[in-house]
Amino acid sequence: MSGYISLVPFERSRDSRGLQAAPIANKLKPMNPNYLDFEQPIAELQAKIEELRLVGNDSKININEEVAKLQEKSKKLTESIFKDLTAWQVSQLSRHPQRPYTLDYLEHVFTDFDELHGDRHFADDAALVGGVARLDDKPVMVIGHQKGRDVKEKVRRNFGMPRPEGYRKACRLMEMAERFKMPVLTFIDTPGAYPGIDAEERGQSEAIAYNLAVMSRLKTPIISTVVGEGGSGGALAIGVCDELQMLQYSTYSVISPEGCASILWKSAERASEAAHAMGITAERLQELGFVDTLIKEPLGGAHRHPAATSERIKTSLVESLDRLQSMDTDALLERRYARLMSYGAPV
Amino acid sequence: MSWLDKIVPSMGRIQRKDRRTSVPDGLWRKCPKCEGVLYLPELEKHQSVCPKCDHHLRLTARKRLDWFLDQDNREEIAEDLQPVDRLKFRDSKKYKDRLGAAQKNTAENDALIAMRGTLDDIPLVAVAFEFSFMGGSMGAVVGEKFVQAATRSLEEGIPLVCFAASGGARMQEALFSLMQMAKTSAALEKLKQAGIPYISVLTDPVYGGVSASLAMLGDLNVAEPNALIGFAGPRVIEQTVREKLPEGFQRSEFLLEHGTVDMIVHRQEMRSRLGGVLRKLTHQPAFGQLENDEPDLVDEAQREAEPEAEDINREA
Repeated sequence: MSGYISLVPFERSRDSRGLQAAPIANKLKPMNPNYLDFEQPIAELQAKIEELRLVGNDSKININEEVAKLQEKSKKLTESIFKDLTAWQVSQLSRHPQRPYTLDYLEHVFTDFDELHGDRHFADDAALVGGVARLDDKPVMVIGHQKGRDVKEKVRRNFGMPRPEGYRKACRLMEMAERFKMPVLTFIDTPGAYPGIDAEERGQSEAIAYNLAVMSRLKTPIISTVVGEGGSGGALAIGVCDELQMLQYSTYSVISPEGCASILWKSAERASEAAHAMGITAERLQELGFVDTLIKEPLGGAHRHPAATSERIKTSLVESLDRLQSMDTDALLERRYARLMSYGAPV
Repeated sequence: MSWLDKIVPSMGRIQRKDRRTSVPDGLWRKCPKCEGVLYLPELEKHQSVCPKCDHHLRLTARKRLDWFLDQDNREEIAEDLQPVDRLKFRDSKKYKDRLGAAQKNTAENDALIAMRGTLDDIPLVAVAFEFSFMGGSMGAVVGEKFVQAATRSLEEGIPLVCFAASGGARMQEALFSLMQMAKTSAALEKLKQAGIPYISVLTDPVYGGVSASLAMLGDLNVAEPNALIGFAGPRVIEQTVREKLPEGFQRSEFLLEHGTVDMIVHRQEMRSRLGGVLRKLTHQPAFGQLENDEPDLVDEAQREAEPEAEDINREA
């Protein structure tokens, strides 16, 4: 049996990446920052296993059996913790600092990626990346939000919150895809469009609205995959599609749970209630009819097994693309329009 | 502090507050900007624009359309659509109860009113947001009604005018409300492809999901003076960037300067200015120059004259 938790992410916990990870719930106990608070029992068990391994290396005592037992226990524990996650816990997972981002998927799912930059009007926005790549050798246009790993990159990527130039770049790439008959595959992972003075000055609202209109009639298949946070209009601005896929522990909502809680409950601390009330998880949204394909994540979440997750995303994208490319363009557009009109239509 | 001191100042506060708000109902209203006390019938005559400081007060959707459209030939669109609580949403109150209270207060079913009518004899479809209905927020009914109005204008080939006043998407409908952004934008794109004019009038305030969809997609985006318009609210921006916002930030005049709106139009000139623009966009004679000026004859005279002009050119 191969260890279900690869050691890589665990070892990464020792470097300085993603240290701001989990909220500090218990200040007395040292917490492993690469595990969320509800995952801490797993972290503790993993630490024990690691300790045992080190002892084993030193003393030549055969402890493999013991390690295997603990691994099995750890797997059972993970299964039981992940069996019944609350909406709020899923929301935390969707923002896990080690969760794979668009560029990680670009590396694993696609080949031959050429990143294209700039909106041709003002600037290049690093919070939203895009370019041409191949999916199983077929040329495709890939566009997605991009967050940063370390502090410097987080700032450069603006925490995955695009400005208008980001959305205008996305629009330019989509129209290019239409001209060259390439499907558009978008990856959604953003807290939302950037709420800043400069963004307002350059017409954040207009940039988003324009994309919604253009995507509704783009003469090429569009598949959107929510891989992390689907934050409101900032997500939808690259999310009007023929098929919507969501990773199991991703979310999609009209406002962040914290934002909703601070408005409706007058306290951001009620975020877990807001997350539940809004039904932001992939599973709930599939029940409500928004999601075409729910992509199951490996045990412990996408960040514990990035390669396996990528493989599942790829399979799902290829299948979805086969379905959509068998349709002629008029039928595709009619179907997309009918799909949009069906949202909240009177029963 | 003794118990007496604790009670006395708070009692004083309550009394003072009571006195401040004790403007008698029905006849008088205070201008929120200059605080001048306004006589309601006088205010009505000025279309709810403060006669002292020119502040444009918020209007109900019905009053807005009543002033905008000609008196005759009005027909309301999709007035029976009722909001549905699909998520059984509950915060400190149930969404159902909030809806009930809003319906009672406003006497409307939801936050959008749509009508087919005429503006100085130009047939058109006009919609207006009811801001006092849950902040004019866009849920499924608002989106659906907007689309039905847009579809009507597409089928008849007549312009669409929207008066937006909204805080954004309606949180209680979660993703259903977010998707209304895509739904309304898709319907507007159909109008655009068909060459049918859509004018978006932004009135105080327009934010969030409404701003980032139907309100910014006008062939013309028009704003009322001094309206607050933006994507994110000023408080959210201030918290994010941690600096003070510039004077006049997100006001109509700021948007005009930054190229987001085409013009700022005073409420009392709205009918004539929009009418004038729509007549040009739809190739109709200017208002007052009636159809019985025999435009057909003029056209024919021109058509007859044209070949001659061409001949002359060729000879030259």
